Amino acid sequence: MTSVPIRLAGASKTFRRDGQTTEALSPIDIDIAPGEFFAVVGPSGCGKSTLLKMIAGLVPASTGTVAVAGNAVEEPVTDLGIVFQSPVLLDWRTVLGNVLVQLELRGLYASAYEPAARRLLEAVGLKGFEDRYPFELSGGMRQRAAIVRALIHDPPLLLMDEPFGALDALTREQLRLDLEALWLARRKTVVFITHSIDEAVLLADRVAVMSPRPGRIERLLTIDLPRPRALVARQLPGFTEVVEEVTRLFLERGVLQTTGKLAVELGPQS
Amino acid sequence: MGRFRTIAQPLGLAFAVLLLWEAAVRLGGIPDYLLPAPTSILAELAKRWPRILSNAWVTGLEIVGGFAVAVAVSLPLAVGIAFSAWMARTIYPLIVTLQVVPKIAIAPIFVIWFGIGWISKLTLVFLLCFFPMLVNAVAGFRGINPEIMDFARSTGANLWRLFWRIRLPSALPSIFTGLRIGAVNAVTGAVVAEFVASDRGLGYLLLEYNGNLLAGAVFATVFVLSAIGLAIYYTVEAVERLALPWHVAQRRGEEKAGEQT
Repeated sequence: MTSVPIRLAGASKTFRRDGQTTEALSPIDIDIAPGEFFAVVGPSGCGKSTLLKMIAGLVPASTGTVAVAGNAVEEPVTDLGIVFQSPVLLDWRTVLGNVLVQLELRGLYASAYEPAARRLLEAVGLKGFEDRYPFELSGGMRQRAAIVRALIHDPPLLLMDEPFGALDALTREQLRLDLEALWLARRKTVVFITHSIDEAVLLADRVAVMSPRPGRIERLLTIDLPRPRALVARQLPGFTEVVEEVTRLFLERGVLQTTGKLAVELGPQS
Repeated sequence: MGRFRTIAQPLGLAFAVLLLWEAAVRLGGIPDYLLPAPTSILAELAKRWPRILSNAWVTGLEIVGGFAVAVAVSLPLAVGIAFSAWMARTIYPLIVTLQVVPKIAIAPIFVIWFGIGWISKLTLVFLLCFFPMLVNAVAGFRGINPEIMDFARSTGANLWRLFWRIRLPSALPSIFTGLRIGAVNAVTGAVVAEFVASDRGLGYLLLEYNGNLLAGAVFATVFVLSAIGLAIYYTVEAVERLALPWHVAQRRGEEKAGEQT
């Protein structure tokens, strides 16, 4: 199976702490088709990461159900690759070792995957760095290694939690292009969390726009731009329309404000 | 150049201090029973070498033995405390509370319990090593990045693989911090235990020489004790270098970065 469907039915999350309950996510219904590129965009603290962890089975839903590939999620889903906002590499392993640990932890014969790991590392521009330790790499290189680690076992589902959030603009653009090419070639189901409206619209088949506290899906937009979108899609009228629609939504919800509030009085007061 | 400087500069300074010491004692006319010159300490060391050496074996074994027992007890216990909520709730608070008891203050009671032989020495060395080793190991196991655990759980790895490939390596830097503190404490523990009651060992020798106002012999003994302490400390460091090449290199990188700012 090369890709899997995801279904959330009334799935919500409430956290309890010191007798206080916080509603992180209101009940959510989503159907993600096999092979769909699904992006979730929203401000910080809207429960995007919680949503992703619920799909991964790392955080149990408080109500409702989550199903991946038709199976109810009750424990961590293992047939997937995850990329977090920070690379979360293992300090004590080289780049190659960090990629191969994915297979070792699964009890697979890691050295059989070594040629594939080297090819993937070369493809993301890490050739020559296979034997370096994470602390010897830049942030962008570490994140690329983390992406390779999420791909090496060829999972049908890719969960990405702001994977490009901590990168500089150029690296970010390059990785976005690489990810689209990969997705076009492999058609994995991808759930992609971001706070960049551009990124969501340029990558996804559908974009879920989330509002903060408690997080809920404000709108589901279908992005009907031709692929590969690469760099040209930014110039299409369709792109601008969708970006404006999302921006307007954020303005209405107070997530964005046109009159900057930073123009306050500065300096010592007499 | 950098490596040469990191070794040569402190050595040079140490040599200069010794020279100054020698000159001050000789020119200042300080009597030998107050502060012997480095050269006369060396002469004392040569003269009393057989006796110092045989006692150094006794103390050295107490140090290594107590240290080894502390490692053998504290690391499995740390694993238990880190992975069993029940042990973390019951045993760990008790141990942390007991840690504030000054171990040296209860050393005399060990003599009553275990006699003046090596068991009372081993007990004190063990106690002085045990707490820092345990506390650091527990902190190491607990301090793992939760996102690394999220990643590891998403692979479906069993507990065995999680422990050997993720949890233990991630705790090792902290475990080695505990071992290094333990190595320093072990020497103190052995000497203090011998001060309390003994008929052999470098601590016993120190008391005897001191009682006879043989300052040169006292310094010679302290010199040997320090050498034992250094040897153990650097053995731990060498093992760390072998086990955690990435961590040692990382630490050195940070030190360098710190120097530049």
